[in-house]
Amino acid sequence: MQRGADPVSAARGEALWRRAVVGIPYFWLLVFFAIPFVIILRISFADPIIGAPPFTPLYDAEEGIYATGDNYRFLAEDDLYWVSYLKSIRIALVSTLLCLLLGYPMAYGIARARSTTRNLLLLLVILPFWTSFLLRVYAWMGMLSNQGVINKALMGLGLTDGPVQFLYTDFAVYLGIVYSYLPFMILPLYATLEGLDENLMDAAADLGGRPRQVFFDITVPMSAPGILAGSLLVFIPSLGEFVIPSLLGGLETLMIGKTLFDEFFVNRDWPLASAVATVLVLILILPIVLFQRYSATAERLNRQ
Amino acid sequence: MNEGGREQTARPWEDPQAQPFIRIENLRKEFDGFPAVDGVSLEIYQGELFAILGGSGCGKSTLLRLLAGFETPTAGRIFIDGADMAGLPPYERPTNMMFQSYAVFPHYSVAENVAYGLKKEGLDKAEVNARVEELLELVQLGDFARRKPRQLSGGQQQRVALARALVKRPKVLLLDEPLAALDKNLRERTQFELMNIQDRLGITFIVVTHDQDEAMTLASRIAVMEAGKFLQTGTPSEVYEYPNCRFVADFFGTINLFRGHPETCAPGRVRCEETGTMILVDPDAGHDEAAGGLTVAVRPEKIRLSREPSTQDGHTVMHGKVEDLAYYGNYSVYRIRTDSGKLIQVSSQNAGRSAELTLEWEDQVYLSWPRECSVVLTR
Repeated sequence: MQRGADPVSAARGEALWRRAVVGIPYFWLLVFFAIPFVIILRISFADPIIGAPPFTPLYDAEEGIYATGDNYRFLAEDDLYWVSYLKSIRIALVSTLLCLLLGYPMAYGIARARSTTRNLLLLLVILPFWTSFLLRVYAWMGMLSNQGVINKALMGLGLTDGPVQFLYTDFAVYLGIVYSYLPFMILPLYATLEGLDENLMDAAADLGGRPRQVFFDITVPMSAPGILAGSLLVFIPSLGEFVIPSLLGGLETLMIGKTLFDEFFVNRDWPLASAVATVLVLILILPIVLFQRYSATAERLNRQ
Repeated sequence: MNEGGREQTARPWEDPQAQPFIRIENLRKEFDGFPAVDGVSLEIYQGELFAILGGSGCGKSTLLRLLAGFETPTAGRIFIDGADMAGLPPYERPTNMMFQSYAVFPHYSVAENVAYGLKKEGLDKAEVNARVEELLELVQLGDFARRKPRQLSGGQQQRVALARALVKRPKVLLLDEPLAALDKNLRERTQFELMNIQDRLGITFIVVTHDQDEAMTLASRIAVMEAGKFLQTGTPSEVYEYPNCRFVADFFGTINLFRGHPETCAPGRVRCEETGTMILVDPDAGHDEAAGGLTVAVRPEKIRLSREPSTQDGHTVMHGKVEDLAYYGNYSVYRIRTDSGKLIQVSSQNAGRSAELTLEWEDQVYLSWPRECSVVLTR
């Protein structure tokens, strides 16, 4: 019998192939997310020691299993961490909102542009990714500094006598985050707005809806999946953002990513840093689960 | 709603006293310099069910969008009930539209969809609810008020779209391919429902369609559109029986076309180029314009088949043999190859239980039709 002619073995081959295709992402998640997370989780229940690795082992032949909740207790008691978490959440929320306010009209404009212009505009949105993220943040440092282009221009125009302090402020952090993550808001918004049936908007106008009413009655609710996806794509990475607050932010910009870095590399308190990271993951899990549930429902509804 | 509309004469377009309800004057719409609607003028009377018929890209949908206010005309004007529509946005026009895709709002329930237009008018809740209920009863969706559109079938969604467009009591209802997305059985039922509703409410309907059968059965009058222009406007029987050009003749069902030249010395006779025989036509039918030849059009059902040549006065007679035949139950279609090689389609009703004339493949046969069934086309 020829190879592949046997239907049973063909079906088995197909099933195997399907399992492999589905399995790759799971394997990826296992190796690069689940296992590292378990390691971090395990370190977060250890005590810091001076040595390599700088934490107590989970199992010792003499003392048996050793785990402590001290790190979490310390996290809860020390204001620094609370302030960092809250400030991070605030910065991430405000940045997400700013990205939405800026990104929505941009995405809308791109979606309604002629197809040739549209491709050009999309290219412009993606263009910044052609340069390293780090370089672009450094460029902002140069522009925002006291001798930077912006301050020189302001002084040259006689708007200010001395340089305005932009760099190392919360303002610079917001600017950096909004600048860096805006494309992540625009692209999913564009995708939903572009796919919107324009007849729906026409129908609403035909039934007496003024442009503003049509926008809020139809366009906004219909683009909710894009709004949600874009918001999460901005919110999640900016919550744990480290580069932007450490390069553009000041001493008062206590974001959790920076605190985490300091615990790991400055204080070398790996167990505490791991506890900080674990709590951060727990904070992020809530919106991610909400999003998953929402997009699953949306997909089910779309298929009907 | 509009009792006046019902009391008008049945054919207001023939009444010189009648005032048109919608007047379109030299309407023109260009996209990037290309005219989609190219100088269209039209008068539609109150209570009409007017069909605009044409193939895709003929400009019929653009015309509908111009009426609804989604597009601004490049030139020309639209009057509805005496009011100039120039500069009026869709939300201020006395028109409502039923979209081809239905455009039912997916995030609203059926009742909310229908209520949308009334809420925008600022009516109070009690009246909104009463009118929504009334309309949902009209389209037989009373039990579905709380459902979401995705829980409805295509036909039900269409009825939501219809109710939503009618609830505001528009002066004119615009329907874009209202039956295109429905399957055959549902089509026929919906067609009669539409006519019923139109008759009951007396609202003027303008239907855009590419389907000649739909236009013929629905409409009081039809305008045939091609390349942004109206070729012919008339009642269904007028455009079918008296097409004014080859395009219109060809658009409605099948038709046999004979190219020919009028005999100058004998009015009412056209020598056919392809068969070389004589075709008898109405002597008064526009011979003079036809310097470059003309076309005689004959519908398949007008032609009679017989074993012996017809001797009746004023009948065109041709001879040929049956090349193809198809039996459809209530009628049969024959394709006859004339002696000169031209293929002619003939259809005949199977009125008797066993047809008087039973034809088989390759049978010799005579064709004949009376002179008044020869339509002379010069365009």
